[in-house]
Amino acid sequence: MRLQINKLFLALSILSALIGLGFLGWILVTLFIKGVSSLHLTLFLNDLVDGGLRNLIVGQLVLALLAALIGIPLGMIAGIYIREYGHGKYANLIRDLSDIMVSAPSIVIGAFVYSFAVAPFGGANGFAGIIALSIMMIPIIINTTDSMLSLVPKELREAGMALGASKYRVILDVVIKAAKVGIMTGVLLAFARIAGETAPLLFTSETSNYFNLDLTESFPSLTVSIYNLANEPEKSSRDLAWAASFILTVMVLLINLAGRYLTRNKK
Amino acid sequence: MPVMKIKNFSFTYAGVEAPSLKNITLPIEKNQITALIGPSGCGKSTLLRSMNRIHDLYPGNKYDGKINLLDLETGKYNNILAIKKENEFIQLRQQVGMIFQKPTPFPMSIFDNVAYGLKIAGIKNKTELSDRVEASLKGSALWKEVHDRLGKSAMGLSGGQQQRLCIARAVAVKPEVLLFDEPTSALDPISTGAIEELIVELKKDVSIAIVTHNMQQASRISDYTAFMYLGDLIEYDKTENIFLNPKEKRTEDYITGRFG
Repeated sequence: MRLQINKLFLALSILSALIGLGFLGWILVTLFIKGVSSLHLTLFLNDLVDGGLRNLIVGQLVLALLAALIGIPLGMIAGIYIREYGHGKYANLIRDLSDIMVSAPSIVIGAFVYSFAVAPFGGANGFAGIIALSIMMIPIIINTTDSMLSLVPKELREAGMALGASKYRVILDVVIKAAKVGIMTGVLLAFARIAGETAPLLFTSETSNYFNLDLTESFPSLTVSIYNLANEPEKSSRDLAWAASFILTVMVLLINLAGRYLTRNKK
Repeated sequence: MPVMKIKNFSFTYAGVEAPSLKNITLPIEKNQITALIGPSGCGKSTLLRSMNRIHDLYPGNKYDGKINLLDLETGKYNNILAIKKENEFIQLRQQVGMIFQKPTPFPMSIFDNVAYGLKIAGIKNKTELSDRVEASLKGSALWKEVHDRLGKSAMGLSGGQQQRLCIARAVAVKPEVLLFDEPTSALDPISTGAIEELIVELKKDVSIAIVTHNMQQASRISDYTAFMYLGDLIEYDKTENIFLNPKEKRTEDYITGRFG
């Protein structure tokens, strides 16, 4: 009887895994076939206005990098605070809030940023997109920093203090170093996450057909342009959307793989 | 002459009514090894962790009585329970070092591990740093094994080597007192033997208090032994007296293995 139940559960687990993997494989295969067939070297040399994707790729990376520049330090400092310094109510409140924020719908974040960073200034701008992406990133970084620091044994902190180091020195020199690999992996995964976001950018920085690095203007974005191109009637636009989706997936995948490679190498 | 005089010391953990240590009076003799023994929960680790006030990492604990530490330069005793300022804590912990049950190498190179306390103490001169790191590693019988890989991560050492590295790290700042909290309970017999030899060797330069569950270890290495039970100090004497002619019935029962 027990053996049969065991077999049943094994079969059910394998089945659910196969369903999940099946859909993932389907997505990847479709992307690959449709994406690769529309892929040309010229896509990387021309801007969208000339039928290429150069400005979009650059724009997406610039937005994600600048958002990371805000999100990573703020998230890490907050994570260090709630794990190392915060005791009781405040720390728990921040931890709960950040848990909720991780699962906040990204379109809501986009609408929220629209209300104060787009509407009052009369138009979409790159800054608003960066704010929206960094708001998405901060809670993820807080949570990983918090949980990675919690894995550092308390004896290590005590050993640092027992040598006469002050608390902040121990945190900077010892605790963060011990948690470094985990935190860096979390940071890269968070970066990969925001690099592929559409909704927070849809109302904030929108997108642009031209090469633009001026953050006060609407800013080129690969994801938002995929959304726009996919809605166009011409086949050429939709092919471009497939190529863009493929490039985006490869980019995100590479960042993810870098994160994993880092963990495996350092452990 | 005692390097530390614990007088009528009581300790209560945060959020607990009953004290974990009650009215302890105990000397830690200079350049001697004092072993703290007793069954689990008797308070021996709590007492040891009071001697460098590492308890203060966690707020809300209550101290009563006095722990007087001899200042080697002036010959005066200072009550370490009166310490409140950060820089006084730093000074205290440089005078009273600590070795933990599990080896606690920092995630950095072997050299940086030993140099860490020295850098904290403000030593910047490169030659002085490397001289003192070398001397500490030699003093901890680790130099021969690691001299050709000082720049490598300390995490790659074996458990016994890591524990000797932690001892080297503590010795490097030249403390007056070293506190050992069951330093060999996570190690194999050969590493344990090496650590015990090292502890005996160290008492030339430093006074030692050691918490141990291992009665043979206490009798092998210590000069004085304190037997504790349920937060009380039951008996304190020269180690040979404790093990051969204990005055208290409970001490005798414990060391002969009748309870504990």
